[in-house]
Amino acid sequence: MQVRNKPVRPVDAAVRSDLKRRKVDQSGLYSRAIAEAFVKLNPLTLYKNPVMFVVLVGTVITLALTVNPDLFGDLPDSTRLLNGLITAILFLTVLFGNFAEAVAEGRGKAQADALRRTRQDTSARRVLPDGRTEEVFSTQLRKGDVIQVVAGDLIAADGEVLEGVASVDESAITGESAPVIKEPGSDVASTVTGGTRILSDALLVRVSSNPGEAFIDRMIALVEGARRQKTPNEIALTVLLAVLTLIFLIVVATIPPMANFVGAPVSIAALVGLLVALIPTTIGGLLSAIGIAGMDRVAQFNVIATSGKAVEAAGDVGTLILDKTGTITLGNRLADEFIPVGGHSLGRLAQAAWAASIFDTTPEGKSVIKLATAQGAAGGYDPQGAAGIEFTAQTRMSGTDFGDGRRVRKGAVDAVKRYVQAQGGAAGSAELDGAVERVSRLGGTPLAVSDGTEIFGIIYLKDIVKPGIRERFEELRRMGIRTIMLTGDNRITASVIAGEAGVDDFIAEATPEDKIRVIRESQEQGKLVAMTGDGTNDAPALAQADVGVAMNSGTQAAKEAANMVDLDSDPTKLIDVVTIGKQLLITRGALTTFSIANDVSKYFALIPAMFAAAGIGALNIMALTSPQSAILSALIFNALIIPALIPLALRGVEFRPLSADRLLTRNILIYGLGGLVVPFVGIKLIDIVVTAVGLA
Amino acid sequence: MSEGLLQIGATLVLMVAIVPFFGAYMARVFQGQSTWLDAVFVPLEGLVFRLGGVEPERQMDWWEYARAVLVSNIAMFVPVFAVLLFQGSLPLNPNNIPGMSWDLALHTAISFLTNTNQQHYSGETGASHFAQMVCFQYLMFTSAATGLSVGIAFIRGVLGRPLGNFYVDLTRSISRVLMPVAGVFAVVLLSQGVPQSLSGIAEAGLVEPYQTTTDGKTETVTTQKLLTGPFASMESIKELGENGGGSYGINSAHPYENPNPLTNLLEILLLLAVPTSLIYTFGVMAGNTKQGWVLFGMIFLLFAGLTGTAAVSEYFGNPAVNALLGSANANFEGQEVRFGWAQSALYATATTSTMTGAVNAMHDSLTPLAGGVALFNMCLQVIWGGQGTGIAYILVFLIIAVFLTGLMVGRTPEIFGRKIEQREVALASIIFLVHPIIILIPTALAVGIPGIAANSNPLYHGLSQVLYEYASAAANNGSGFEGLGDNTPWWNLSASVVLLAGRYLPIVALLALAGGLQRKVPVPETPGTLRTDTVLFGTVTAGTIVILGALTFFPAFALGPIAEYFANLAGKTF
Repeated sequence: MQVRNKPVRPVDAAVRSDLKRRKVDQSGLYSRAIAEAFVKLNPLTLYKNPVMFVVLVGTVITLALTVNPDLFGDLPDSTRLLNGLITAILFLTVLFGNFAEAVAEGRGKAQADALRRTRQDTSARRVLPDGRTEEVFSTQLRKGDVIQVVAGDLIAADGEVLEGVASVDESAITGESAPVIKEPGSDVASTVTGGTRILSDALLVRVSSNPGEAFIDRMIALVEGARRQKTPNEIALTVLLAVLTLIFLIVVATIPPMANFVGAPVSIAALVGLLVALIPTTIGGLLSAIGIAGMDRVAQFNVIATSGKAVEAAGDVGTLILDKTGTITLGNRLADEFIPVGGHSLGRLAQAAWAASIFDTTPEGKSVIKLATAQGAAGGYDPQGAAGIEFTAQTRMSGTDFGDGRRVRKGAVDAVKRYVQAQGGAAGSAELDGAVERVSRLGGTPLAVSDGTEIFGIIYLKDIVKPGIRERFEELRRMGIRTIMLTGDNRITASVIAGEAGVDDFIAEATPEDKIRVIRESQEQGKLVAMTGDGTNDAPALAQADVGVAMNSGTQAAKEAANMVDLDSDPTKLIDVVTIGKQLLITRGALTTFSIANDVSKYFALIPAMFAAAGIGALNIMALTSPQSAILSALIFNALIIPALIPLALRGVEFRPLSADRLLTRNILIYGLGGLVVPFVGIKLIDIVVTAVGLA
Repeated sequence: MSEGLLQIGATLVLMVAIVPFFGAYMARVFQGQSTWLDAVFVPLEGLVFRLGGVEPERQMDWWEYARAVLVSNIAMFVPVFAVLLFQGSLPLNPNNIPGMSWDLALHTAISFLTNTNQQHYSGETGASHFAQMVCFQYLMFTSAATGLSVGIAFIRGVLGRPLGNFYVDLTRSISRVLMPVAGVFAVVLLSQGVPQSLSGIAEAGLVEPYQTTTDGKTETVTTQKLLTGPFASMESIKELGENGGGSYGINSAHPYENPNPLTNLLEILLLLAVPTSLIYTFGVMAGNTKQGWVLFGMIFLLFAGLTGTAAVSEYFGNPAVNALLGSANANFEGQEVRFGWAQSALYATATTSTMTGAVNAMHDSLTPLAGGVALFNMCLQVIWGGQGTGIAYILVFLIIAVFLTGLMVGRTPEIFGRKIEQREVALASIIFLVHPIIILIPTALAVGIPGIAANSNPLYHGLSQVLYEYASAAANNGSGFEGLGDNTPWWNLSASVVLLAGRYLPIVALLALAGGLQRKVPVPETPGTLRTDTVLFGTVTAGTIVILGALTFFPAFALGPIAEYFANLAGKTF
C-alpha cells in the first residue's frame, strides 16, 4: 500500500469545525422561510406528510364551521368565535410545520449558494484537434473536450490533467488556503475540480463531466435537498405516525355517536381540535427538518453526503476501517530517542545527530533538531563552510560536510555501516545490532549516526500517534464501534502502533484486496462498515462499505464510488460523521417520544372540557378555567411547541458517547418524562393567559 | 378488607410459583427436547402424523404456516356449524334442545373456533350434550392449540429460528400441554362435584320444601330439577385453554361448574397458567431467562395494580347503595356471594386479562372501576393475553417500544439483533390498528343506530355494555357484560365479523412479522446495542403499553366507566 503524506490537523472536532465552517449567507433566511411556509400549503405536496395533511383538512372543516357554526346541526359550544380561533390555531400549526421544513431547506440552500458562487459561468479555451484553441462558455464544454488553463484562470470544469505542472487554489471548495500542485500521472494530483483557480503555470485538462453533472453541481443539488429522498428509518417512522394518525382518526370519529348516546354531545370543531391535538403533529412537523438538518450538519463539517441514507447509516456503523497513516498517526516519523553505542555519551550522539540534520528540511530532520535542542545538544560543530548532503534513494542517508573536514551522516543502518566501513571504520558491533533490534521491536525506524569512521549511535524514529486519537477510539468502543487499522507496515510495527492508538484490531502489510475482505467479513456478521479512501484502488472498497468517505484530494474514481466526500481530506472526520449520524437518529427518536408523551396531558385538558356534560369535571386536574379555554390552551400549546423545538431539530440532540443503556436512561428522562410533564405546565400557563385576555 | 387482599396475594404467589416449571416444560416441548411423556406420546404423535400425511421435520415459511392455520380452522368450523344447526335431530340430546338459528349457530361456531367462547345462547338450555362435546370441547382444545402454536411460531421467528410446522405444533400443543393437564384437572374437578354425565334432567327431593304463590295459587315445591352433562371434562379445558365457554349460562358462578373455594382457586390458577408461563417459555427459548422475567415482572405489576384497583372498588361498592342500607360495604348484587368480593374481583381481572372469559360473578354488576378494569384488560390484551397470542402481543409491544425509544440511543432500532424497519413497523401497526377499529367502530354503530343496541341500561353503563361486548369479541375473550339482548341477527353477525377480524388478521400479520424477522441478518450485540432485558426497558415497555392503550380508548372510557364512576360518587341514580 502506498503511503502518502497527508495534511496534519488537530483532532479536536469543535475547534476544527469553527475554523472550517464555510461562510454561509444566512440573511433573509427566515423571511424566505415564512414565504415558503405558505407555498408548502399546497395539498398536492402536503399529502406526503400525512400528519400535517390531516391538520389542513381539519382546518378547512373548522373554517366551514366558522362561517356556519350550525353546519352539522345545533351542537353545544359551536360558537363562531371559538370555531374561528380553532381554525386560526390549526392553520398556524400547519404553517409552523412548513416553516420548520423551509428553514432547514433554506440553510441547505444557503450552503449551496456559497458553493454556487464558485460556479459563475466562466469562459474556457477549448483545444481543437488541430492544436488551435477557441474561446467557449464553460456550459458548452462536453466530456472528453480538452481545455487549456493558464495562471489566473478559473478552471471551467472537472477534469484530468494531461500536461503541465501548476499550482491551484482549491480554497473555494476545501477551505484550505495553501495551494496544491497539480500534475499528470499521479492519482491524487492529476484531477482538477471546476471552480477552482489556477495560480501559476498552465495545464492541459481533459474535461471529465458534462455541464450540470460536475461534482460541484451534484453537491449543490444534494445540499439544497432537491433530490432528497426519505431514508429507510424515516419511512418506517412515517408509517408509524400515519398509523397513529389513523387510530386517532377512528378514536375521534367514533366519539359523536357514543357522546350522543350518553347525552353529552360535542361540537365538531372541538372534535377536530381533539384530533389535531392527539395526532403527532410535533414530530410530523419536524421530521423532514430533522433529516435535512442532518445533511446540513454534515455539510458544515465540510463533508458532502450523497444521500441522507448514508448519514443515517453512519449512525449504525459497527466497524470503522482506518488507514494508519494520516488517520491514526501523523504520517511522519519523528525522532523520539537517541541511543548511544560504543561508549559514546548521549550528549555526544545528540550533538552528532544535530550536526547531521542542520540542512535536513524533512519533518524527520526537523524533529531530530528539535529533540537534540531539547536535550541541550545543539552546537559543537563549526558551521563555517558547511555543506548539506542530500538524501538519495541510492545512498539512503544524508548529512553534513563541515568546513573543517568532519563528515557527519545519518541514515539507514546498513547504509551508514557500509559508509563507515568504506572510510576505514569498524563494521559495527553487537551493541549496535542490539540497539537496532530494540528499536525495530518497538515498531520504530532506527537511523544510524556517524561522524567520520565511527558510529555514535541510533536515532529512534517513531510513528507518532495523533494526540487525542486514543480517547476517540475509547469513545467509539463505548458506543460499540470496533476500529480496525490498516497499514502497509510489517506486523511488529503495526502491532506497536495499534497498541498505542488503542484500536481493536489491525491488518499489517495490507493490500486493497484486504480492505474489501475485511469489509465483507464485517458485513457478513451484520455490521455496517465505514471507511475512508482516496486512491483509485480504494474505489471498490469504498463502494462495498456502507459508509465510504472519499477524500476530496482523491481520484475521481474514489469520489464516484464513495457516498460521502470530505472536502478537507481529513480521514479522522469519519468519527465525526458517525456522531452526526447517531445524533440524527437520536433527535428523531427524542422528538417522537416527546410528541407521543404530550398526548397524555392533552387528554386531561380536552376530554373533561368536551365531555363536561357527562359529569367528569373532576378529571380537569389542571383546573383550566373553562371548556373553551381548555380547548384553546391545548391547541395553542400544540402549535407553539413546533417552532419552540425548531432549534433543537436543526441543531440536533446533544450526543454523548455513552453506552446504550445510559443514553436511553438520559433521553427517556428528558424527552419521555419531560414530554409527560412539560405540557401540563405549558397548557396551564397558556390557560392563565387565555383567561386573562378574556377568551375563557 | 385485609382477608380478601390476603386471598388475592396468596393466589398470585401460587400463580408465580407455577411459572418457571410449566414455562420450562413448554419450552422443552416446543423445542423438541425429551420430556417425561415421550414414551406414551412419541408413538401416538407419529401415528397422527402418518395418518394426516404430515412430514414432521418439514419447516414451513410464514405463509405456509398461516395458510395451514386458516385451512385447518375452516375445516374445524364446517362440521361444528352443521352440528349446531341440526343438534335437535342428533343423538345425545336427552333434554330435546332444538337446533340453533343460522345466525346464532354461525356466531357460536366462530366464537368457539376463535378461542373466544362468547355465548349468545345459554349453556345448559342452548346446546345438547352432543354439541357440548363434539363442538365445544373439541374446539376448546383445537382453538387453544392453534393460538399456542402461533405464539410459539412467533417466538421462534423473533429469535431468528425457522417457524416450525403448524401441524406438529398443533398436535404437540394438544398431546403434551393441553390434554395431560386438562385430563388431570377434569378428574380433580369431578372429585369436587362437577358432573360428568350423559343423562337428562334429574329430579331431586328438597331437604326443605317451600311454598310459592303464583296467580293466587299456592303450591308446595318438594323437588328440584337438576340439569347435568359432560361438564367436568369441559370445565378444565375451559380454563386451561383460555376458552371460557360455560356449560351453564352463568358459567363458573354455577355450583356445578365451580363447587367450592378449592375449585375456584384451581380454576383461577388454570386459566392463568399458560399465558403467564409462556413468558418464561420465551425467556428459556431466547436463552435469556432474565429477559423472560423482565417481561413477566412488568406485566405482573400491571396485573397486580389492576387487580388491586378492582378489588378495592368492589370492597367499597356503590356509595348510594351503602347509604341506603346504612352499611359501609354492602356490595353483594351480582357478586360471587359464596366466595366474597375478593374472589369476584380476582376472577374478573384474571379472566379478562387472560382472554378466558369464564366468570364467577356478573360483570354487569361490577362497580364502574372494576368493570372498567375488566374492559381495559381486553382493550390492551397483553396483561397476560390470549393463549399463545398473549406473549406474541407482548413482543409486538416490545417491538413498538424499541422502535419508538430505541432511536434515542442513536442506532436503527433492533430487537434481538434484528433491525426494525419499514416492513416490521407496518405489520406491527396492522396488529395494533385492528383492535381499536373493530371495537370502536361497531360500538359507535350499535349506539348510533337507534333500536339496535337493546340495552338493559341507559347512558354510561349502557355504553359500557356495548363497548364490553365488542372488546370481548375483538380480544377473543368471550365474557359478557350481559344486559344486551344479544341473540339477534345484528349482534350475532356484527360480533362474528369482529371475532374473525380480531383473530385471523393479527395471526396472519404476526406470522408475517415473524417470518420477516427470521430472514434478517442478525446484528451482533455491542455496548451500543439497546438491551431489552433491563428493568429500565421493562419500565419503558410498560409505559408504552399503558400510554398507547390508554390514548386509544380513553375517550370511550371517559364516557363509559369513568363517567359512571363519577355519577356513582355523586350518588346519581338513573
